[in-house]
Amino acid sequence: MEKSSGVTNTEESGLLLKDTELRLGLPGSESPEMEDHDQNVLSLKSFVSGAKRGFSDALDGGGKWVFSGGSGGGSEGLFSPRRGGNNNGGNDLSGPDSGLGGPVLKDGVAPKPLVVQEKKSQVAAGNGNTAPASKAQVVGWPPIRSFRKNTMASHPPKNDNDDDNAEAKFGSGCLYVKVSMDGAPYLRKVDLKIYGGYKELSSALEKMFSCFTIGQCGSHGVSSRDVLSESRLIDLLHGSEYVLTYEDKDGDWMLVGDVPWEMFTNCCKRLRIMKSTEAIGLAPRAMEKCKTRT
Amino acid sequence: MQKKVACSFPDEVLEHVFSFIQSDKDRNAVSMVCKSWYEIERWCRRKIFIGNCYAVSPRMVIRRFPKVRSIELKGKPHFADFNLVPDGWGGYVLPWIAEMAGAYPWLEEIRLKRMVVTDECLELIAKSFKNFKVLVLFSCEGFSTDGLAAIAASCMNLRELDLRDSDVDDLGGHWLSHFPETYTSLVSLNSSCLGSDEVSLSALERLVGRCTNLRTLRLNRAVPLDKIANILGRAPQLVDFGTGTYGADLQSDVFSSLAGAFSSCKELRSLSGFWDVVPAYLPAIYPVCSRLTSLNLSYVTIQSPDLVKLLRHCPSLQRLLVLDYIEDSGLEALSSSCKELQELRVFPSDPFGEEPNVSLTEQGLVSVCLACPKLQSVLYFCRRMSNVALVTIAQNCPNLTRFRLCIIEPRTADFLTLEPLDVGFGAIVEHCKDLRRLSLSGLLTDRVFEYIGRYAKKLEMLSVAFAGESDLGLHHVLSGCESLRKLEIRDCPFGDKALLANAAKLETMRSLWMSSCAVSFGACKLLGQKMPRLNVEVIDESGPPDSRPDSCPVDKLYIYRSVAGPRFDMPPFVWTMEEDSALQLNTIGNPIGSEWEHNMKGIQGLRAQMPFVLYLAELSNTSQW
Repeated sequence: MEKSSGVTNTEESGLLLKDTELRLGLPGSESPEMEDHDQNVLSLKSFVSGAKRGFSDALDGGGKWVFSGGSGGGSEGLFSPRRGGNNNGGNDLSGPDSGLGGPVLKDGVAPKPLVVQEKKSQVAAGNGNTAPASKAQVVGWPPIRSFRKNTMASHPPKNDNDDDNAEAKFGSGCLYVKVSMDGAPYLRKVDLKIYGGYKELSSALEKMFSCFTIGQCGSHGVSSRDVLSESRLIDLLHGSEYVLTYEDKDGDWMLVGDVPWEMFTNCCKRLRIMKSTEAIGLAPRAMEKCKTRT
Repeated sequence: MQKKVACSFPDEVLEHVFSFIQSDKDRNAVSMVCKSWYEIERWCRRKIFIGNCYAVSPRMVIRRFPKVRSIELKGKPHFADFNLVPDGWGGYVLPWIAEMAGAYPWLEEIRLKRMVVTDECLELIAKSFKNFKVLVLFSCEGFSTDGLAAIAASCMNLRELDLRDSDVDDLGGHWLSHFPETYTSLVSLNSSCLGSDEVSLSALERLVGRCTNLRTLRLNRAVPLDKIANILGRAPQLVDFGTGTYGADLQSDVFSSLAGAFSSCKELRSLSGFWDVVPAYLPAIYPVCSRLTSLNLSYVTIQSPDLVKLLRHCPSLQRLLVLDYIEDSGLEALSSSCKELQELRVFPSDPFGEEPNVSLTEQGLVSVCLACPKLQSVLYFCRRMSNVALVTIAQNCPNLTRFRLCIIEPRTADFLTLEPLDVGFGAIVEHCKDLRRLSLSGLLTDRVFEYIGRYAKKLEMLSVAFAGESDLGLHHVLSGCESLRKLEIRDCPFGDKALLANAAKLETMRSLWMSSCAVSFGACKLLGQKMPRLNVEVIDESGPPDSRPDSCPVDKLYIYRSVAGPRFDMPPFVWTMEEDSALQLNTIGNPIGSEWEHNMKGIQGLRAQMPFVLYLAELSNTSQW
């Protein structure tokens, strides 16, 4: 008999499918089900909760980090402890009760619950013709090296059928671009494909680089006491000390936020969080530039 | 009287004898015979392999082996290849280069894998080692072509420059012109990973022309098809060639000069590259196909019939890398054309698509296994598998040493019976007695781990994803696999019990990676405290793990043995479980009387009973890592 790792019943799965959309929830902007369903939703006090201005004017309002996949209890913690009886190791990595680090954090974006994958495989294994909802991607799976992914994505395989989707095929994998920040000791890489728009990208970057602005890099074992205060971070990041810029396909540096998101993901080769003082003179003529390109 | 006998060989004689002993294992054994042998051996060891750069410090290596000429270092865990290790994790080579610059002025070879190399490192190498000959940067990152220019300009005796799969900031091809016109020693150049559209063709051609010992040349994509003939014409002695772009509008003169150039390369045994292939140009390589032993078509996006046409010309082929466009039919043809095949890798052309785009199934692999008796190494991506196929593979290829199967959808069951694939993989480990490396996929219960623990006695590296049901699975592997060195696990329900019960085993391994499993923070702390020779590192980008109850699972865990103690170059999201921190089980927030709490208390009691590991004596042999 097929063993699947404890997939939940349909109604929970139905809800969870919604949860798998990789979006950061803004208060009031998410579907009611997601917020009310506290079995599946934890809110994390984000380092930048209440972030007002992001790096681009496209942002408005703050964001609470909302992600699903843990057994809630409404606690503020990232993971909540397992309830008595449903404990470590001995049990399956099962559905919404798994308050595990199951879902992999993908560069600071809300992880999707593992259960989606389970449901899919259960369905797919059987008859393979049930079309699941948009397939959420698991980080690092299938295990293909970045070099191969990037090579295939930038020159997608030509197919007889569906040339429109040719780019989508391998390209839909991921689109890693490097992000550097003036003064930070190392680069990060982010996958632009997982963000829905500038808001999410900005929040993710803020989170990723927040430790640098407060000079915390290099220290480890930071206890919760030392977590930087929101207001201080906001002052630094949003008080126009840094701007987000990107290098486009022509090698020019532009300010992020002036072109439609899809155009941006096609143009962007790398990102740089630059000190505002250095960014003076960056002409945001991105719109015209991108228009002249096909 | 007996003392006299023991000293009868002068050191020089022993040293001469030892010089015939090349393998690290043998050298380590020699060094443990007696103190004087240890001394002699350490002064004449020339080559060091360090499988984990954090297992030992540069100073310790230098102190023990003062006359090293060649060093190989590995940095990040293997799963870093798949973006599971966040940036900034570590693996910096600069501290090593800095120490060796002073201690090993005659260093000739540096081979690095998955390490962070900066331009500063490269400049330091160029400046410090007068007789520098070999630089291999395999899957490294952090440097640009400016650093390469420094190497090119200074290393007059450079023989090998191999940038395999590294992430290089390619600022254009000008670095090639930094090789002086008097420089002629190049034997091997692999710059295939460079991504810029610019390349200095004239510098490249001149370089190739004057380096008459050139045997390996792998170009990057920026080198156009119509330049290949010219380059090959200057290096007909090449053994290993990687093209750049292999596509262009078909022109008969280009084709014929290409074919002519290939046919004059009588020594050519290995081909790769072939980006953007235009099938019409493939016949240009037919003149060399009969001698080819290695062919990398893994970027060739042409359909099966064209692939088969090519492969029919390659009866000597031992190694093939190809995309799944080859399909089952193509693999069937391969199995009849290429009887010498030892290694096969089939990569997915559309790994993220929901439906299969090609007709490649388990059948393709089975047909190769049935017909190619020398097959030893398999990497296969597919979308379905069955136990009966795996059993067939196992029975027909008992000589497999590396078997990596990736069924693209996690937890996919046997498509015929809907059962787990335990029995199939069980057959693999049972029949393939020399299996050293195994990667699992598909639907798997604890049973498969029972088989692995029971049969896979030579297994050194195991990769597990989305498998198992309980700690028992992990326990089987840790307690049964005697040769296990590297274990990497993701998204499996393995928790504290098996890990803590087999803590001693971890000191016999190079490393253990567990991500998205069920190991609690408390268990990590316990392990870190009780096992001082292990570095237990918790990776969690969401915040400090001690802000949560101890029973909470950690996101990622990397445990490795080390004589160097905890490292100090960790980024803010990596925490080392230190031995001197007083172990306090944080019971706040943990359910009272929970199984977790009970386990932790019980396991603490085990401490006194944990045996010391024999390998302690071998800790001094750095090369075993």
